[in-house]
Amino acid sequence: MIRSLSQRLLGLVIVFFGVTFIIYAMVFALPGDPIRALGGERPISDTTVAALRAAYHLDDPLIVQYLRYIGGLLTGDFGTDFLGRSVGEQMLRALPVTIVLGLSAWALEIIVGLGLGIIAALRRDTWIDRGILITTILATSIPVFVVGVSAQLLFGVRWGILPVAGDKAGWPVAFILPAAVIAIYGLAVVSRLIRTSMIDNLGMDYVRTARAKGLAPSRIVGVHVLRNSAIPAVTFLATDLGYLLGGAVVVEGIFNLPGIGNLLFSAIRAHEGPTVVGISTALILVFLLTSALVDFLHTLLDPRIRHD
Amino acid sequence: MRRPGVVVPAAILLVLLIISAFPAFFAGLFGNGDPRVCDLTRSIDGPEAGHPFGFDVQGCDVYANVIFGTQSSITVGVLTTGLALLVAVALGVIAGTRGGWADMVISRLTDVFLGFPFLLGAIIALNSVAERNVWSVSIVLALFSWPTLARLVRSSVRGVANSEYVLAARTMGLSSARVIGRYILPNAMGAVIVVSTIMIGSVIVAESTLTYLGIGLEAPAISWGLQLASAQSKFQMAPHLLIFPSLFLAVTVFCVIVLGDSLRAAFDPRRTA
Repeated sequence: MIRSLSQRLLGLVIVFFGVTFIIYAMVFALPGDPIRALGGERPISDTTVAALRAAYHLDDPLIVQYLRYIGGLLTGDFGTDFLGRSVGEQMLRALPVTIVLGLSAWALEIIVGLGLGIIAALRRDTWIDRGILITTILATSIPVFVVGVSAQLLFGVRWGILPVAGDKAGWPVAFILPAAVIAIYGLAVVSRLIRTSMIDNLGMDYVRTARAKGLAPSRIVGVHVLRNSAIPAVTFLATDLGYLLGGAVVVEGIFNLPGIGNLLFSAIRAHEGPTVVGISTALILVFLLTSALVDFLHTLLDPRIRHD
Repeated sequence: MRRPGVVVPAAILLVLLIISAFPAFFAGLFGNGDPRVCDLTRSIDGPEAGHPFGFDVQGCDVYANVIFGTQSSITVGVLTTGLALLVAVALGVIAGTRGGWADMVISRLTDVFLGFPFLLGAIIALNSVAERNVWSVSIVLALFSWPTLARLVRSSVRGVANSEYVLAARTMGLSSARVIGRYILPNAMGAVIVVSTIMIGSVIVAESTLTYLGIGLEAPAISWGLQLASAQSKFQMAPHLLIFPSLFLAVTVFCVIVLGDSLRAAFDPRRTA
């Protein structure tokens, strides 16, 4: 147990350093000089450039810069961007919007996805089942920006039911549309996972036994079958939470929500290396932690699964 | 294999493939087949005779553009998946048959690349690519797509490599290249083909999304993502600019996913659904 746990931990550490180093290298190997770009059209004197380059340690070898950055991270310091703003503070400001958006979308995925999956499994091979299947595949075939823009045009602009953009209206009004748009993909996956494993489970002997004992169908499905069918969906949902908390670049952009995704995208476009690396590092940490959590949940839900 | 879930999407995809091979012929069906002949005075006008999908912001024929867009979108999807599959099979077979050090290094490398959220990695990498055409975009997308396939190849190769017929082939003294090529790969590829098929669909979606964000393909390329990106401020006045490229995109991806799903069912007799 301890051995497998420490191996797992070592794997996480390798992945963390690997990913962050690749991102660091890609971002700081970008074409264009961020210091020169600070001056816009006007030239900056060579002494100023040299001083700024020294202040940001831009002349050190890449690996030294990277290690210094990681050193700062360990003390909770995400560094400052090229305009002198603290990256950590910018992230903290964007975080609440992304968390609210991510959790709203997650809740929709669970409620709607679970509901559709159960209905499809119980009404297997009827037109209801096929309708749900086709709708969910279709929903995942349309790119999220098309769905987002269409929803914005219809519900926001044409019918005026919900706000077009921004987070002024607060939760839940301002978050209904963007969360629903983000949730479409996940709820399609959840409903299909639930449907498949429920159909597998409904044919099992223990269900027949439960029926023979005269247990109410709602109890059989709600307690026994559902619990045993939940593993694939729970795995997906846990991993997906990691993605959702990473901010939705496209949807936050369309609905103009000042979250992590928006911050990341504008930082990439502005060549704000420190901000990009900071956000990416935080995202990867969240992502790795959730995937470790998934493994843990696995052993909890299904005692037969052992990680060694 | 003759179930409707395979035949119908396969037929539609075949038509789309033929369109993408000869776009000029299909674009010319309504008499205005050149996507680059534009008349600014007709900017965002709606559909009419000879221009069934209307005009875009520049006054170009939307139908001709959508037809020509078939080519780059499908090429990116197939090329990316092909590249990813190539890398995945090479690394997966090495890891799955050699074991030991090679397996450990390859598995860790796979883990590292799986650690990237897909869109994040692609955005950062594409932002540092000088010229973004079909090839460079495909290579970047493949860079972040191969790990899923590699992991799958490795595990199915390992499953097959221990089976008795492989052992028999080895005992007969066949070279390991022949054992891998004739016995292991054909039996290990079922699940891999299914996932690759579905991957073509996700790659097409990813390309259009990245292009929409302004970091995918760029003009003079013609793609559905570019058409949607360049028209995004006009959707309210001219919904046909949103509808037609999206329709082709969605139908293509839908057919790819359904085909993959049906193949999965055909390969796996245990699942009847």
